[in-house]
Amino acid sequence: MEKILQVKDLELSFHTYGGEVKAIRGVNFDLYKGETLAIVGESGSGKSVTTKSIMRLLPEESAEFKNGEILFGGRDLTKLSDKEMQKIRGKDISMIFQDPMTSLNPTMPVGRQITEPILKHQNINKDEAKKLAIDLLRLVGMPKPELRMKQYPHQFSGGQRQRIVIAIALACNPQILIADEPTTALDVTIQAQILELMKDLQKKIDTSIIFITHDLGVVANVADRVAVMYGGKIVEIGTVDEIFYNPQHPYTWGLLSSMPSMDAEDAKLYAIPGTPPDLLNPPKGDAFALRSEYAMKIDMEQPPPFFKVSDTHMAATWLLHPEAPAVEPPEMVIERMKKFPGSRYYEGSAN
Amino acid sequence: MAEKLLEIKNLKQHFNVGKANEVKAVDGISFDIYKGETLGLVGESGCGKSTTGRSIIRLYDATDGEVLYEGESVHGKKNKKDLKKFNRKMQMIFQDPYASLNQRMKVMDIIAEGIDIHGLAKDASDRKRMVYDLLETVGLNKEHANRYPHEFSGGQRQRLGIARALAVDPDFIIADEPISALDVSIQAQVVNLLKELQEEKGLTYLFIAHDLSMVKYISDRIGVMYFGKLVELAPADELYENPMHPYTQSLLSAIPLPDPNYERNRTRKAYDPAVHNYADGEDVKMREVSPNHFVDCSEKEFAEIQEHLAAKK
Ligand SMILES: Nc1ncnc2c1ncn2[C@@H]1O[C@H](COP(=O)(O)OP(=O)(O)OP(=O)(O)O)[C@@H](O)[C@H]1O
Ligand SMILES: Nc1ncnc2c1ncn2[C@@H]1O[C@H](COP(=O)(O)OP(=O)(O)OP(=O)(O)O)[C@@H](O)[C@H]1O
Ligand SMILES: [Mg+2]
Ligand SMILES: [Mg+2]
Repeated sequence: MEKILQVKDLELSFHTYGGEVKAIRGVNFDLYKGETLAIVGESGSGKSVTTKSIMRLLPEESAEFKNGEILFGGRDLTKLSDKEMQKIRGKDISMIFQDPMTSLNPTMPVGRQITEPILKHQNINKDEAKKLAIDLLRLVGMPKPELRMKQYPHQFSGGQRQRIVIAIALACNPQILIADEPTTALDVTIQAQILELMKDLQKKIDTSIIFITHDLGVVANVADRVAVMYGGKIVEIGTVDEIFYNPQHPYTWGLLSSMPSMDAEDAKLYAIPGTPPDLLNPPKGDAFALRSEYAMKIDMEQPPPFFKVSDTHMAATWLLHPEAPAVEPPEMVIERMKKFPGSRYYEGSAN
Repeated sequence: MAEKLLEIKNLKQHFNVGKANEVKAVDGISFDIYKGETLGLVGESGCGKSTTGRSIIRLYDATDGEVLYEGESVHGKKNKKDLKKFNRKMQMIFQDPYASLNQRMKVMDIIAEGIDIHGLAKDASDRKRMVYDLLETVGLNKEHANRYPHEFSGGQRQRLGIARALAVDPDFIIADEPISALDVSIQAQVVNLLKELQEEKGLTYLFIAHDLSMVKYISDRIGVMYFGKLVELAPADELYENPMHPYTQSLLSAIPLPDPNYERNRTRKAYDPAVHNYADGEDVKMREVSPNHFVDCSEKEFAEIQEHLAAKK
C-alpha cells in the first residue's frame, strides 16, 4: 500500500513559564492511502498536538520541533515556510475540529465560507465555485442546499453545522482529512450519519483519514488501524482487530476495561488508578509504569522499545521481551482475546 | 423507591413566544422522580434535555405546567426564603467543567460559594474545614484548595464541579452531560464517584447524557425525549430489552460498541415520524404498556404493543 504521510521520530516541546513541556516524545507512524487511522489515548497524551504539528497549527512563539520529520509528497512539513504550508492546508490536508462553532464564522453566510477556500485553491470562477458548494452541501446530506447557502451558522442545528464544516474540509478533495473529535458533541443518531458520510466520501475520493476520538465504539466503527497514545508517545499500533481483540500494552488494557459493556451489571467501573505523567519531567522508563500493576523493575529505568507482535502490530512494553514473565491480562481483555485467532486465549470462531 | 421526590406535570418551556423564531423546546412533559433513584434523560441533540433540567431547577420561568418538590410547587414560590430553601435542595452539575468554573477564583472560594450564600459555616475555620472535607469526598485533597481551575485535568475539574454542588448538602442533583467531554477512564472515575455519593447520602439524580451505555449503567429508569416531548419512559433494563417507541429503537440501534466485528455487521434503524400516520385529533399520549413502562402512542399503537409483548412471552 502507498504511504501518503510518514511521521518519523517526532519530538515537540512547548516552552512555558513552568518549563519545557515535552508534549511529543518520539512519535512514529505511517498513513496509507485510503485508510482511516484512529488515534486514541488519555486526555493530554498528545493526540491533538501530533495532528496540529502535521497541519503546523501550533503557536510559533512557544512550540518547538526538537527532532524528527513529517514527510508528505516528498517534502518535510516541519521545514516548510508559512507560505508553502498555506498552499497545503485546506487543499491537500484539511482538518475538522471538535466544536463546529469555533471553526465557522458566525457573521458570514455558510455558502461563502465554502466557496472561499475553493476560490483560493482552485482555478475556477465564482459561479462555478458556487455550484460546487451547493453540490458539496447536497453531498453531506443538507436538505435544500440552494436555500441554505445564504443562511448563517446559528440557523443550523449542531449536527448540520458539523456537516458544513465537513463540506468545507472536503471542498478541495484533500488527500488527508484530519478529524479531531468531530462527533463528540453529537448524539448517536447524528454521529452515525456523519460517520457513514465520511466513509462514503472516503470511497469516492480515496482520502486518508486520521480520526481522533475517546469513544472506542466509534473507533471500532470507523478505523482500519488504531494508534494508542500515552504520555506523548504511541505505545501500541495495529489493525482495529489487533487492538480490540489482541491488545498488548497495559495502558490499552486499562482503556478497554474502562468501558461499561451493554450487559454489564452493577459492578463498579474499572478506572485506571493514578494521574497522567508530568510532561515537564517525564518519567525515565515506561511512562505508564507507576499506574500499572504489571510494571517490572526495568519499567522504572528504561523506556521500552517497540516489540513486533505481527507485521502490522507493535507495542512498546517490556512485557513483550522474550525474558519477561508471562502475565495474565485483565478478565475483560481475556474475553476479547478469546475471539482472536493467534492469541493464546483463542477459543475458535464463536459463530 | 415508591416515594416521589419530584413531580413534573405538563411542563412547557417555549422561547421567543409569538415571534417567527418561536421554539417549543419543551412541550408538555410529565414524569415523576423517586427518592434515591437516578433518572436518565436521553435524546437527539436539541430535543430539550438541558432545557428540561434548567426549567426544573428554575433557571428559566416555565411557560406552563408545574414542578412539585415533595408536594410543594417550585415555580409558585415567591418569597426569598422559600426560594433559597429550594436552591439549596436542588443543585446542577454542568457539562463543561471548564466553562462552569470561574477561572479567576481559587478552588477554596469556588467551592465555598454556596456555603457563603446560605450562611452554612459558623466561622472562617469552619468554612475551611467544610471545603477540605468536600475535596476529600470527591477524591482530591486540601492542598488543592489554593489552586486555580486551569491547574487541574478535565476529570479533576469535573470533581470540583461535583464538590461545589455537594457543598450545600442537596437532596437532588441534575447532572447535565457531566462526562461527555472526558476520556473513558476519567468518565469511569466520575461515574463511580456519583454512584458512591448516592449510596452514602441517598441522593437523587437526573442524569442527562448522549452516551447510552453509560446512561444504562448509571440509571434506574430512563426517559427518551424527541422534539420537546417524552416518548418513552421505562426501567433501564426494560428500555434496552423492549424498546417500543420507534425513535427509541432507532437511538439504540445507533450506539457504537467497542467491538469491530459487531460494527461491521451493524444495521441501523432510521426513525421517520411519518410511520405513525396519526389521524387528525387522534389521542396520542403516554400509556403504560407494561408495569412502569410508558410509551407515547395512540390507542391503536397501544393495542399493537400489547399484542407484541404478549407474543414475546
Ligand atoms: N499551547 C500549549 N502550551 C503548553 N502546553 C500545551 C499546549 N498545547 C498542548 N499542551 C500540552 O501538551 C500535551 C498534549 O496535549 P494535547 O492537546 O495533544 O492532548 P490530547 O491528547 O489531544 O488530549 P484531549 O483528549 O484532552 O484533547 C498536554 O500536556 C497539554 O497540556
Ligand atoms: N435560550 C434559548 N433561546 C432560544 N432557543 C433556545 C434557548 N435554549 C435552547 N433553545 C432551543 O431549544 C431547543 C432545545 O435545546 P436544549 O439545549 O434543551 O437541547 P438538548 O436536548 O440539551 O440538546 P444537546 O444534546 O445538544 O445539549 C433547541 O432547539 C435550542 O436551539
Ligand atoms: Mg485533543
Ligand atoms: Mg444539552
